[in-house]
Amino acid sequence: MAAPGGEAQTTAHVGKRRKRPRRYWEQTSKKYNSGGKSSDGAKQKAKKRRGDRRKKRKGGLSGEVESEDPKLCEQTQETGKKDNSGEKSSDGPKQKAKRRRVDRRKKRKGNLTVKVVSEDTSKKDNDGEKSVDGTKDTADENATKRSDAKFISGKVDPFPGEAPIPEERLRKFQRGNKFVVPEEIRSKLKDTLAKSQEAADLAQTQAARYDLLLTEDAGFLEGDEGEDTCTISQDDIAEAVDITSGSKYFNLRLTQFGPYRLDYSRTGRHLLLAGRRGHVTCIEWQTKNLMCEMNVMETVKDIKWLHSEAMFAVAQKKWLYIYDSNGTELHCIKKFNDVLRMQFLPYHFLLATASATGFLQYLDVSVGKEVAAINTKLGRLDVMAQNPYNAVIHLGHPNGTVSLWSPNQKEPLVKMLCHRGGVRSLTVDRTGTYMVTSGLDRKLKVYDIRAFKPLNSYFLPAGASCLSLSQRGLLSASTGDIVQVYRDVWGSGPMTKPYMAHRVRGTVWGVGYCPFEDVLGVGHAEGFTSMIVPGAGEPNFDALDMNPYRSTKQRQEWEVKALLEKVQPELISLDPGLLGKVDKATFEQKHKERVETLGYDPLAVEKFKPRMRKRGRSAAGAVEKRKKKVAHEDQRDVIRKSVKERMEKEKEKKRKDSAKEQLGEKTALDRFKK
Amino acid sequence: MLSGMKVKVLCRNPDDYVRETTRDIQRVPRNYDPTIHPFEVSREYTRALNATKLERIFAKPFVASLDGHRDGINCLAKHAKTLSVVLSGACDGEVKIWNLSKRECMRTIQAHEGFVRGICSRFCGSSFFTVGDDKTVKQWNMEPPGRGLQEEPLNTILGKAVYTGIDHHQTEGTFATCGQTVDIWDEQRSSPIRSFSWGVDSFSCVRYNPVETELLASCASDRSIILYDMRESAPLKKIIMQLRSNTLCWNPMEAYNFTCSNEDYNLYTYDMRRLDVPVTVHMDHVSAVLDVDYSPTGKEFVSASFDKTIRIFPKNSGHSREVYHTKRMQHVICVKWSADNKYILSGSDEMNIRLWKANASEKLGLLTPREKAALNYNQKLRDKFQHHPQVRRIARHRHLPRDLFKQKRELREMKEARRRK
Repeated sequence: MAAPGGEAQTTAHVGKRRKRPRRYWEQTSKKYNSGGKSSDGAKQKAKKRRGDRRKKRKGGLSGEVESEDPKLCEQTQETGKKDNSGEKSSDGPKQKAKRRRVDRRKKRKGNLTVKVVSEDTSKKDNDGEKSVDGTKDTADENATKRSDAKFISGKVDPFPGEAPIPEERLRKFQRGNKFVVPEEIRSKLKDTLAKSQEAADLAQTQAARYDLLLTEDAGFLEGDEGEDTCTISQDDIAEAVDITSGSKYFNLRLTQFGPYRLDYSRTGRHLLLAGRRGHVTCIEWQTKNLMCEMNVMETVKDIKWLHSEAMFAVAQKKWLYIYDSNGTELHCIKKFNDVLRMQFLPYHFLLATASATGFLQYLDVSVGKEVAAINTKLGRLDVMAQNPYNAVIHLGHPNGTVSLWSPNQKEPLVKMLCHRGGVRSLTVDRTGTYMVTSGLDRKLKVYDIRAFKPLNSYFLPAGASCLSLSQRGLLSASTGDIVQVYRDVWGSGPMTKPYMAHRVRGTVWGVGYCPFEDVLGVGHAEGFTSMIVPGAGEPNFDALDMNPYRSTKQRQEWEVKALLEKVQPELISLDPGLLGKVDKATFEQKHKERVETLGYDPLAVEKFKPRMRKRGRSAAGAVEKRKKKVAHEDQRDVIRKSVKERMEKEKEKKRKDSAKEQLGEKTALDRFKK
Repeated sequence: MLSGMKVKVLCRNPDDYVRETTRDIQRVPRNYDPTIHPFEVSREYTRALNATKLERIFAKPFVASLDGHRDGINCLAKHAKTLSVVLSGACDGEVKIWNLSKRECMRTIQAHEGFVRGICSRFCGSSFFTVGDDKTVKQWNMEPPGRGLQEEPLNTILGKAVYTGIDHHQTEGTFATCGQTVDIWDEQRSSPIRSFSWGVDSFSCVRYNPVETELLASCASDRSIILYDMRESAPLKKIIMQLRSNTLCWNPMEAYNFTCSNEDYNLYTYDMRRLDVPVTVHMDHVSAVLDVDYSPTGKEFVSASFDKTIRIFPKNSGHSREVYHTKRMQHVICVKWSADNKYILSGSDEMNIRLWKANASEKLGLLTPREKAALNYNQKLRDKFQHHPQVRRIARHRHLPRDLFKQKRELREMKEARRRK
């Protein structure tokens, strides 16, 4: 940031700005140095005199700092320092621009920041002093003069207005399309619309500007030239990074009760491990603090945190159990039997379970009620994922289909055929745009689930058993005892090599990324491995949503707020923004309402009733014939009319063309013709 | 091999995210990226629903009851200059001056024999006028008399007929009374400077226009509303309605509009310039409407009715936004909207003056900035989602006494039947 050779940072004002109140040092400097040379008029002299007189009255020395405000004192001293170091130099336009930018930023920020920046710049100036020699003695005078000169000179700000925001960043915060106000709308409504549009724009730009203030950057991993990142071992990475990060690569050897499934809490601080043979542990994994450990003495199929780290659900051999973080059994829910997989919808407080009997059930954990039980009739459900964007549950089936479910409908919202063999695993990214599936046909497929279209398809020699997507879109896939991480899965180019690869001790049973961390947890037959995957986690969390560093008090407060704005299960649908859209009544709806209010159908066409005729002319066949004559009469009318119109148009066109031909080329003299 | 590798792993310093001491406030880093805030519409909707419910929970409009009168309250008046002072006149001829902030009676005057029919404060607030059944107009000093001295009116004018209403000019020393005729008085004289009549036997109410100060409107017992110009000798305009109007009130902001409370359970807002058809008909009361008063913003008005309720109407809406009632409140005779737009005063048959909040769920007293922000946010949410059926249902729901509810249903049925025919 520091510009070597930069000009002295005075408080000189570039561009147009309100006149700054005069400071004591300017006056004194004038008094001592400039004498009669100063360009200010009699008015200022008078002011000076007045000031002097006041000083005398106060009994202070004329050269001393008079300001009573301590803050002002500080500032003035600093600026004084700056002025001392200041000198004239021939700096390039680039540096000038930079200085101006700093100036402008100062202007935008409050007092406090001004101080900090000015300190910075004074340091910078000292650097500059070394490189460029200057005349130090007249520095004071110069500074004051320059500031005045720049103020008076008509130089314009080369960067007028507010700093521009990149289009791309603006687009990130765009919600819906801009509303174009139709011309014929009444004035009051027009005002309202314009105002709301203005507010939306302001919110968008402010949010986009806030991006500058985000503190953390995402992680990354780059190999040497010609070196693949996938060949870099975890040990090397752990050695290369700092100790804290290095300690995030660790193995837990748990050979007795494996294979293990795992779940990270939403803050990313807590980890749940569940061995198939009944071992359940709950760890604060960064501090390696064991919260509870037990053996439930039953087969454990799956494990999931509920809304906070105080409770978790365990799908055991027969029923679903809920424990608290000390390992105390809170509930045994016998309505939920033979559960194989679970998903927790955090904003709805719903625990969705998929069972071996083909039932998809929803449990509202805030009130403890079963919200919906859907018999999918699709056999054993052991592949399950949730779409974090719209809370729709995705189920994978042995016949290669993936079905999408909401608790409000007994039928699947969507059923799509994804694989030729059974679906082994699937996952959905957090924007709700992409779904990645792997099947027994050893293929890995990427779908756009807004358009329900396949995007990419990859062939993996051994197929992938467990899939997981990180917050920043890294895909982990496990084949046997190898975990591979892929980058840019839905990018345009073909994905050839994994981003990272790691071999664990046993067959992989469950994988999961830790939120807000560059860590991938792998549960396998021989225990648990936590591996470092640079660039996996979201670097900047929102503390009002999920705060990894929250205190107990903050958690409690968050819990109350979250419960208050619990989204009702009725609102789960493919489009989560449906509630904010205008519900335009269809023509049929409007027509139906009209019929109801009027009591008759105004658009109904009277049905043709053939007249009764005698002598066999009203026999069934004859009547049908007569009916046929008038059938589609109204349609025929419309067609006749349109044909007629078209003919007329053509005629008109022909007439015009011929008229043009007759006139021939237009000349300037045509205007005088009669 | 290690040499060329570049790696960066997320590693946060907890010091940046945790407060230093317990005396600090918590650090709350934000990230406004929409992808980490899913379901924003449905969550906002839920918040709006909660806000609407909370508004209904906190809707406790009744503030205080001022008791002390020994007969039904017949008229109310606001002090022209002081917010906390209110004058009331009762059916036994007693006038009381109340201090609203202390909720106590400051002064009691036996002003008339029989009813106090009308009361109004002088524009400067130094004195007030009362008219009564004893055919007198009396001017009283706002200041109480010295210790040991008797309450004496400043002036007493003996008239020929009973006066039923009085209103004072906005800026000058003239006032208007109504009774057999509408009379304009000079404060200095004991006989009216002008008398208007348009073939009517009696008037019930007269009101000065707050902007065009020479203009007057009055309700007459022959179902008409008559407009006058004080400077002319004859009345200006007249409308005749189906039933008699009891009182009227000018809109203080759009002073060409006035609203009159009618015996046919409705209120009618008229534009002075186009009297042939009312601008809006405000329906909801189930009995005769006795009094009406505009809020100082001119956006809403309050009406008192014989059906023992007070209703608040937006000025251009056909139905009320709010209804106030209590078990003990009987027929409401008079109502006033306070000059700070925050309170409503109602005087009723059972000798009580009641103080209500104009906004039922408003929190009184000082608000912390956070409270204020939360209230504003909730208000905005309610506005945004007001047309959603659930939100609208909750916001519109009001509990009514059973009689009232039944009467309302009956009226609706009658209206439907009339429309069908």
